[in-house]
Amino acid sequence: MAYEPVLTKHCAARDGYTLDFYVKNQRGYEGLRKALALQPNDIIEQVKASGLRGRGGAGFPTGMKWQFVLKDTPKPKYICCNADESEPGTFKDHVLMERNPHLLIEGCAISCYAIGAKVAYIYIRGEFYHVQEVLEAEIEKAYKAGFLGRNILGSGFDCDVFVHRGAGAYEAGEETALIESLEGKRAQPRIKPPFPAVAGLYQCPTAVNNVETLCNVPLIVLNGPEWFASLGPEKNGGPKLFCISGHVKRPGVYETSMHTTLRELVFGEQFAGGMIDERPFKAIIPGGSSVPLLLEQDLDTPASFDHIQKAGSLLGSAGLIVMNDSVCAVWLAMNLLHFYRHESCGKCTPCREGTDWLFKLLLRLESGDGQPKDLDLLFGVSTNIVGKTLCAFGDAAATPVLSTMKLFRGEYEAHVREGRCTLPAPWRAAHPVVAAHQ
Amino acid sequence: MSFHPKMEYAPARFHKSARTLPDPGGDFTYTAENQAKFDANVQRYPPDQRKSAILYALYLAQRQQGFLTRAAMAHVAGQIRCTTADVEDVVSYYTMFYTKPVGTYVLNVCRTLSCALLGAERVTEAISEKLGIKVGETDASGMFTLIEVECLGACDRAPVVMVNDDWEERLAPEQVGEFIDHVRAKGRAAFTGCHLHKEK
Repeated sequence: MAYEPVLTKHCAARDGYTLDFYVKNQRGYEGLRKALALQPNDIIEQVKASGLRGRGGAGFPTGMKWQFVLKDTPKPKYICCNADESEPGTFKDHVLMERNPHLLIEGCAISCYAIGAKVAYIYIRGEFYHVQEVLEAEIEKAYKAGFLGRNILGSGFDCDVFVHRGAGAYEAGEETALIESLEGKRAQPRIKPPFPAVAGLYQCPTAVNNVETLCNVPLIVLNGPEWFASLGPEKNGGPKLFCISGHVKRPGVYETSMHTTLRELVFGEQFAGGMIDERPFKAIIPGGSSVPLLLEQDLDTPASFDHIQKAGSLLGSAGLIVMNDSVCAVWLAMNLLHFYRHESCGKCTPCREGTDWLFKLLLRLESGDGQPKDLDLLFGVSTNIVGKTLCAFGDAAATPVLSTMKLFRGEYEAHVREGRCTLPAPWRAAHPVVAAHQ
Repeated sequence: MSFHPKMEYAPARFHKSARTLPDPGGDFTYTAENQAKFDANVQRYPPDQRKSAILYALYLAQRQQGFLTRAAMAHVAGQIRCTTADVEDVVSYYTMFYTKPVGTYVLNVCRTLSCALLGAERVTEAISEKLGIKVGETDASGMFTLIEVECLGACDRAPVVMVNDDWEERLAPEQVGEFIDHVRAKGRAAFTGCHLHKEK
């Protein structure tokens, strides 16, 4: 059965991002009209029934998250849209914000109505300045058309949507760190509880949702929760964007259901189209750099939250990074630890110090001075970070090391023994940007 | 005579995290235009939460002056109604604020996995060779600064270079020389920009 895209159907259209196009071709703002006629609680029930799971990484049911938002409080409530998208290998929200901004704006408005908020902040990463320009211009148009602002569509409901630009911090993608950053502080996570649903932005009840999650909300309201759930496997319903990058012929964002297997995504003609230069496949990171690697034998797993978890990894933010046989596992871990070492916010000692030591150890192995005891040391440092930090960053940072050591221990041992990498790395050096990469 | 051995007064010896003070800089105030922009932006937040506008305020100052001096931070602190130390705290955390002068074009080369798999290191080397500068330095003409950054979120268009607020996608190492010459000649018009943006 061919899958019909719903989120990105009109992304290639020249003026697909405009308000007129959205209203004409995507039944734009009908969802909002329909939602305003319902009780806020009914919308939460619908989202719960649809089984929509957060698209940012954790896969937590969105309806549940909204239900936890404190009801009886004199304080204002907030929606924070997480558009920080800084997980290496992830670039799906960018497409949605740039090519279908009104879907997000409508999603923000409906979500505000559902939880009883009047303001939604879209926290966008600083590097997406050109996206922010599009988004702000389109928000302006939505205000003029009466879909945002005071007394929306004559219902008496007020809603404002603002874009807030970050300034280059991976950690701001963590929900409490995002809130801290939005409050004008360093993006460092808070101790939980209290969860943002109780005391979030300005200590008020807050729901933090990913861009793709909020984009699904108008579709659920419009087409019903049953339609949404029927799009994917049980408990993994709805459309899903997959970002495929690395050594594949056609990297990019592909929308499909979560029935699709990893093999189809990597080798399918309508998706990434196979490996560059037909080099053998080595490993895949299925959900952004923070999740364990999967091998060739796991490729027939459907790319859903539950199936990938069963295979020993996580779907995370659905950032698939595909690697061929020229990639050295030690180099891979070193590259990612350079990232985590740089991005660690420095609040928790195991993560701040641990990532630095892991990087130093990996650098020593890569440069040929590795010693046999380094492997145990790497393992020891990694396991001492896992579970000992405030947010999931610590676990994420140790994952590349633990996962590569588990799957490719031979390569680590070879580095120690030979004092060099034994893989055909010259291929990578000789093919810096591959010709087949259109 | 004291029983204690003479203590050398050298902060570097007993305090590792020696604090580097930002360049004091000359007088700084927003231009009328920037002041209006700031006043409009701060309205987005509740009246008692002016601090939320701090990143925006810093971007304005940085765009006006090229980088952030202590005077600029003090001015921002005045606008936000917080202390200069609060502002410095924020500036030192985020990577997109510069506390030293930078070139007209800041070349931010992404070095994280997806870009690295497709040769981002070669791009850095090529730029470095072409301009005769190391990572973190500004060339003699004051036009280019080379910086290595972590994931820019455009992994399908690897290797990516962010130049100020614009993107240059799929920059092959062998194209670097030509690219730099184009930027010298044509300025912003030389960038490919974001492929999604361009299709409009």
